[in-house]
Amino acid sequence: MRRESLLAALGAIGLVACAWAVPWLKFVLTIALAKGIAVLGILLLLRAGQVSFGHSMFLALGAYTVAFLAPSENEVLLLLPAAALIATGVGLVLGLFLVRYRDIFFGMLNLAFAMVLYSLLEKLYSLTKGTDGIRVAALSFAGTEPERGTQEWIVFGIALGLAILFGLLVRSYLASPMGRALAGIKTRETRLEFMGVPARRVLLFAYVLSALMGGVGGALIAMTTRHVTPQIAYWTSSGELIFIGILGGAGSALGPFLGATAFELVRVYAAAAVAEAWQMILGAVLLLVILFAPGGVWGLLSRRWRA
Amino acid sequence: MGTWLAENSLLLGLALLDGLANAALVFMVAVGLNLVFGVLRIVNVAHGSLFAIGAYTAASIGLFFAAQGLPSWMGYAALVLAAVAVGAVLGPLIERLLLRRIYGHEDVLQLLVTFALFMILEDVQKLVWGVQPISQDAPLRLLGTVDIPFGEDVIPFTAYQLFVLPGIAVATLIGLAWFLRRTLTGRVIVAVTTDKEAATAMGIDAARITLLTFSFGAGLAALGGALASPTLALVPGIGAQTIVLSFAVVATAGLGQIEGAALTALLIGLGRSIAVYFAPEFEVVVPYLIMVAVLLVRPQGLFGVIETRRV
Repeated sequence: MRRESLLAALGAIGLVACAWAVPWLKFVLTIALAKGIAVLGILLLLRAGQVSFGHSMFLALGAYTVAFLAPSENEVLLLLPAAALIATGVGLVLGLFLVRYRDIFFGMLNLAFAMVLYSLLEKLYSLTKGTDGIRVAALSFAGTEPERGTQEWIVFGIALGLAILFGLLVRSYLASPMGRALAGIKTRETRLEFMGVPARRVLLFAYVLSALMGGVGGALIAMTTRHVTPQIAYWTSSGELIFIGILGGAGSALGPFLGATAFELVRVYAAAAVAEAWQMILGAVLLLVILFAPGGVWGLLSRRWRA
Repeated sequence: MGTWLAENSLLLGLALLDGLANAALVFMVAVGLNLVFGVLRIVNVAHGSLFAIGAYTAASIGLFFAAQGLPSWMGYAALVLAAVAVGAVLGPLIERLLLRRIYGHEDVLQLLVTFALFMILEDVQKLVWGVQPISQDAPLRLLGTVDIPFGEDVIPFTAYQLFVLPGIAVATLIGLAWFLRRTLTGRVIVAVTTDKEAATAMGIDAARITLLTFSFGAGLAALGGALASPTLALVPGIGAQTIVLSFAVVATAGLGQIEGAALTALLIGLGRSIAVYFAPEFEVVVPYLIMVAVLLVRPQGLFGVIETRRV
């Protein structure tokens, strides 16, 4: 546990150092942190053995909340909670229905809702500008409107701060009885019921929390890229989140951030090296990880310590 | 209502015909996906890529035949050839090299392996066939069109979409039902689907059956793609579209039902094409709305059987 905190601190310092030394990496790392926050949510559901193939919808909800609200209210400190609130609300409503389902049905229903959102974003051109997407208006931070370079630093700082906050939150949640019951859903749900633990409510809490973190991740992505397109809601984007979760390893709250950083860096360098085949390289990396390092990057690290 | 029907009979007719052709294609892909899930217990995300590769291969072979000056009916041979080639080459390759290593692993990992495969195949397509749209509609033009009377209107509709697509889908449905229920190999497949361990204990070579089923499923996806290829322009991304649609069909129908998959494909195909003509914004939404509505009422799918809970 102390090693985990040490690694987290070192990682945070490393990220800041990288962002400072190589300015263009700041963008990549902010996206990685944002996705890492969303993947924390995937991690919770993975604990319960459930795969949401539609979590991109919460990313999209967060991102589009920012894009829609920014022209009238551009205060980041208000936009972030708004995005979180909307994603949480939708997560609660959908969650009430979704926690009745398990395995393939859970995954496919999530996929269905995400695809509904995707096509609405794509087709309602008058509202969303379709596949062209929406440009995010200039943002203000606590009342000030700093110049571009400072702004990037601020968003990076917020992302890092929220990543640490949610990381700690998820860690203590998973250690709590509520969090431990999630593993019970994966192995033997009936036993949970025998013990008097309402399995659906346990899963619902995790689902709503994961929706919240998805919304925050999406909002941060919108604030970084400053341009939102429906692609963020497409099912391949959900697949990416699960990919990152497995790449980093589901064993620790640090996993998603390790995974997201590795994923974004591989993506950037693969796209630079072979523009037509970056997806293929990512796919190959994923296969190698699953076949030879099933615990992900985190698993590799912690195995070394134990040895 | 009556006047509305009279005014829109043309559109409605077109929607019905389109929906039928559409449903036939969706069925071919979904039934393969269902079969593979039954035996391998893996939701194959890359199934849509096999559809796309089948379509591209069919177009390439068709164009090659045409360039060789072969008679134009050879275009149909190209479609079948493409499906067989994809099923016989890619099927065993994927099952042997990749999937075989992960049986019995966690569901998430199995799902992700096929997702990785999807990413790889998506780029393979782009590298082999490029990103420019390819179209090869000789099989469509060869059969010409049929005039169908609808009320006072007459709709010219291609004979290929009217007869060939639904015909092959129905033949596949009947053939598959007969194969699975009346032949030894088919019944062995059903046995492995029901209980792999018990089947193995009875002396069934489950590894061989798995290989066979996966290749067959891959072939069906490729055949769906090949049959679709004359009706659409082939661009990157058709695999991704197809797979989510067939996921919707499989989940709505419930697992393990061939006839159920056919009816659901029809329902979703028709629903979608009606949306195309009457509310084009919601075309993509309709299949998922149908799915959500069905699962709300019947959590195990329209035709699914409730599985006993693991205790």
